[in-house]
Amino acid sequence: MSITAARTAGNNNANVRPRSGSRPKRHYGTHIFLVVMAVMWLIPLGWALYTALRPVASTNEHGYFSVAGAFNFDNFVQAWTQGGFATYFWNSVIITVPAVLVTLFLASLMAFAVSRVNWKFNITLLIMFTAGNLLPPQVLAAPLFEMAKHLEVPYSFSDSGNLLNTYIVVIAIHVAFQMGFCTFVLSNYMKALSADLTEAALVDGAGIWRQYREIIMPLCRPAFAALGTLEVIFIYNDYFWPLLFIQSGNRLPITTAINNLQGQFLSNYNLLAAGAVITVIPTLVIYLLLQRQFVAGLTLGSSKG
Amino acid sequence: MSSTAQELIPPESRDPANAPSKRRPGRGRVRRLSSSDKIVLALMVGIPTMVELALVWLPTLMSIGLSFTRWNGLDLADIRSAGTDNYQFISQDYPPFWPALQHNMLWLLFLALIATPLGLLLAVLLDQNIRGSKIYQSIFFAPVMLSLALIGIIWQLFYQRDNGLLNFLLGTAGTPQAVDWFGDSSVNIWAALIAATWRHAGYVMLLYLAGLKGVDPSLKEAAAIDGASAVQTFFRVVFPAMRPINIVIVVITIIESLRAFDVVYVINRGTNGLEMLSALVIQNLVGEGQVIGVGSALAVVLLVISLVPIVFYLSRTFGKESKA
Repeated sequence: MSITAARTAGNNNANVRPRSGSRPKRHYGTHIFLVVMAVMWLIPLGWALYTALRPVASTNEHGYFSVAGAFNFDNFVQAWTQGGFATYFWNSVIITVPAVLVTLFLASLMAFAVSRVNWKFNITLLIMFTAGNLLPPQVLAAPLFEMAKHLEVPYSFSDSGNLLNTYIVVIAIHVAFQMGFCTFVLSNYMKALSADLTEAALVDGAGIWRQYREIIMPLCRPAFAALGTLEVIFIYNDYFWPLLFIQSGNRLPITTAINNLQGQFLSNYNLLAAGAVITVIPTLVIYLLLQRQFVAGLTLGSSKG
Repeated sequence: MSSTAQELIPPESRDPANAPSKRRPGRGRVRRLSSSDKIVLALMVGIPTMVELALVWLPTLMSIGLSFTRWNGLDLADIRSAGTDNYQFISQDYPPFWPALQHNMLWLLFLALIATPLGLLLAVLLDQNIRGSKIYQSIFFAPVMLSLALIGIIWQLFYQRDNGLLNFLLGTAGTPQAVDWFGDSSVNIWAALIAATWRHAGYVMLLYLAGLKGVDPSLKEAAAIDGASAVQTFFRVVFPAMRPINIVIVVITIIESLRAFDVVYVINRGTNGLEMLSALVIQNLVGEGQVIGVGSALAVVLLVISLVPIVFYLSRTFGKESKA
């Protein structure tokens, strides 16, 4: 591996102008290595897809490692209708959409205040927010679980009589946890915007809220697009918080529910694979449509250090 | 001094981190705020801060508090002080504790020594103008889009004893030599680490690709003119020039290894060879005999270890600004 790296790095250096055209001949070693790696990378997903496309009857007859038998979407249909994936998917939407919107809104307020206004505790607050996002979630799990359990609410609001098993507690903790990251990224973004913008508005008599709403917010659209995409994926992919707070199986979002499926369809790997593929589809669609935003979001978060 | 208010960034500065810190163009601004502006600002800061304090920092402090108590999680009046009993219990009488600590450490070493360098290597290779670079990038990056829980499921299909692809490829499927890669406690941590690497390497690759694009090409040219070999150029010039990204990646790698939970919990709830600190915390909270004190003590151990990379990262990130 290191030999390949050294040799190809050498090639790159040999033609000092980096954009002097690709010379495929010189990159054979690199290509062989990359093709091998890419194939290895695709095998697990490919195998899941392949298994999912085969009815359990044909894998029982011919074995999983075979090409014989039928290929169809029956497993997907069955997972969607009988496996409850339609419900789980909707639960994911109920949790993800409000959580992302509220996170971005609160983070933008906070980021505006710490980046555009001169104030004593700006750095302290920013450190507190950023650090909060870096904690392992399990550190907070016990008190949060007990708080939700012991906080009594009317039965009309929650059939458990407390906040366990409600979406609101999952959404709230997502907001609190993701807000730190979003505040950090947005405040960096806003700091880079010219101070003249709000200065001029101030001279015109625009208050803080108008500066935020009419000047800074529209300029932050690219950052919101990137962060929004990233947060949708983060929250959709979250496994832990619903596992902690939501006990009835039919209220689980899709990422956490797939765990139960493992027990439910113990011997039917085809159905399990179909469930896994269904779970992947939304993230892959977002990735393909919004790849630029997603990658920008990830690198935005790390562009400063 | 951190009490010095943060400087407004001069318009010409695009990079907030490098803003000159001695200038105070916005000193008079606070005074210019009207009283309604002050109310708006107080709400803008106050609401998110309250949420953050109530749902992140208060529970963190409560974890520390609960770790010195004995409680079954039922009646609040039953909380009893337990001194350091819980810590004594986990370090002396709780068999999964030390294996879990070792597994977390192994997780960190594996990500740091295998997954991260692999991601860096992929980034270096793909940073050249090679044909199909975008396609390779998409392939290596795809697992980053998946949740770790789902990664556990997908690799379960690959690793199973009787019907998994790996045992077929090794020719052991259906024979007594077939290995249950996720079930056998002597190999399952390694199998899980490979699944985690599948995701981590793509993430590292993406960050380094961004980092490599940011390195000034003239640095490489200068090194080449001075007669440095390609390897020397990379390790002595390019790699150090990516310092900010390197710090982020060190922190991400450490924090990922402390947060490792989803994969092992999906496989077997973090037991039988897959003990991890985070999984032990949850086992003590949601199991039948709820021992909140023990779970909290484990959470505090996790917290204390996590504070090392967090403080390192924060001092790197905010140190420059607060020294103003």
